[in-house]
Amino acid sequence: MGKKSVVPFGPQHPVLPEPLHLDLVIEDEVVEEAIPSIGFIHRGLEGLAEKRDFNEMMYIAERTCGICSFGHGLGYVEAVEHIMNVQVPDRARYLRTIWSELERLHSHLLWLGLAADAFGFESLFYEAWRIREKVLDIHEMTCGGRLIFSVNKVGGVLRDINADQQKFILDQMNVLEKEIKNIAKVFLEDYSVQSRSKGIGVLTTKQAHELGAVGPFARACGIKNDIRLTGYCAYGELDFEPIVSNDCDCYARLEVRIKELFQSIDLVRQAFAKIPAGELETKVAGFPKGEYFVRI
Amino acid sequence: MSLMTFKGTMLSNLFKKPVTTKYPFEPAVYPEGSRGHIEIDIDKCISCTLCAINCPSGAIKVDRAARTWEINRFDCIQCGYCTQKCPKKCLHMEKGYQTPGAEKFVAHYDRPPEPEQPATPAQAPKG
Repeated sequence: MGKKSVVPFGPQHPVLPEPLHLDLVIEDEVVEEAIPSIGFIHRGLEGLAEKRDFNEMMYIAERTCGICSFGHGLGYVEAVEHIMNVQVPDRARYLRTIWSELERLHSHLLWLGLAADAFGFESLFYEAWRIREKVLDIHEMTCGGRLIFSVNKVGGVLRDINADQQKFILDQMNVLEKEIKNIAKVFLEDYSVQSRSKGIGVLTTKQAHELGAVGPFARACGIKNDIRLTGYCAYGELDFEPIVSNDCDCYARLEVRIKELFQSIDLVRQAFAKIPAGELETKVAGFPKGEYFVRI
Repeated sequence: MSLMTFKGTMLSNLFKKPVTTKYPFEPAVYPEGSRGHIEIDIDKCISCTLCAINCPSGAIKVDRAARTWEINRFDCIQCGYCTQKCPKKCLHMEKGYQTPGAEKFVAHYDRPPEPEQPATPAQAPKG
């Protein structure tokens, strides 16, 4: 039994999705504990929102994060729309749902790639990111930007997806499904992946509740909680069940995200099957006054 | 659990073309409607300053007296909000991203001088 020592992991490690600092408690060559410090990227957006015009703030809110930019912008516009009692047209609601799910696809593929990189499977990392490029191409074609969408506005959306683009996206969904099946087999069945993820980083259901875990992370801890079930945008009209795993370890997180990729592809198909024709935006008059809380 | 699940993908990748392109030796291909950079049709500009007032990052400067329009390409976040606000529709987004540079610079545009007003006709003498 060796003596425990603490090794600092970066002043702030920038490669991970958020800058973070870890204190690694090491015993011999085994990392016994990792104590994180987070919160290095507070940007004072709340203060900025008080000064800026509410339409202009959408573009700033969206740029909080490059990976989940659409979610940030969507949360902001939904909150302002509720304060101002604006009814968003049906087509805009469906388009928002489609872009949300496309973003989930690229975000999960990015996460899986980084996970593969973290457990030392470089080729799998590149394969996941190669597939992700196809989703980014769809973003650029439909919104004009690869990561930052800038298509939302208070009252609706700025761009439409025409019939040709819709056909292209649905074709790409078939290609993506086939390619993701290929890497899903490696992530979920490979011996080397399982030996590095099963039983590692366990966060029990109780701990997840106490720490306020959300999203796929919470679902991998056995919490059947998906905010999409509240039915914002057009999710109330689509058919899906939250994907939950009870293993609470890194493998469970891989499994939940892999299954959610297929779920997102299915939701994009469902949304395109049900999307109505019509207006893209409602005219908005006046200024927002009040408070509203949105979860996306 | 199985071993070597990646070998099929690995072997097929050996016989495929690279997915990357040899940029900058091969040109980058952008789809229609890509938000690359802001272009201005300076002849149509009326120096109303709406673009400068509404720019989220404050990248645009308009001088009404000197008849100039300036944009700091490195501050611009390509949101396209100015193109929506422009009353004369002289701003639009073009393909091609701002290339990196060692120094920041401001792109400067001058509006053409105002056409000379025809002289007011001399008033006819009364009576």
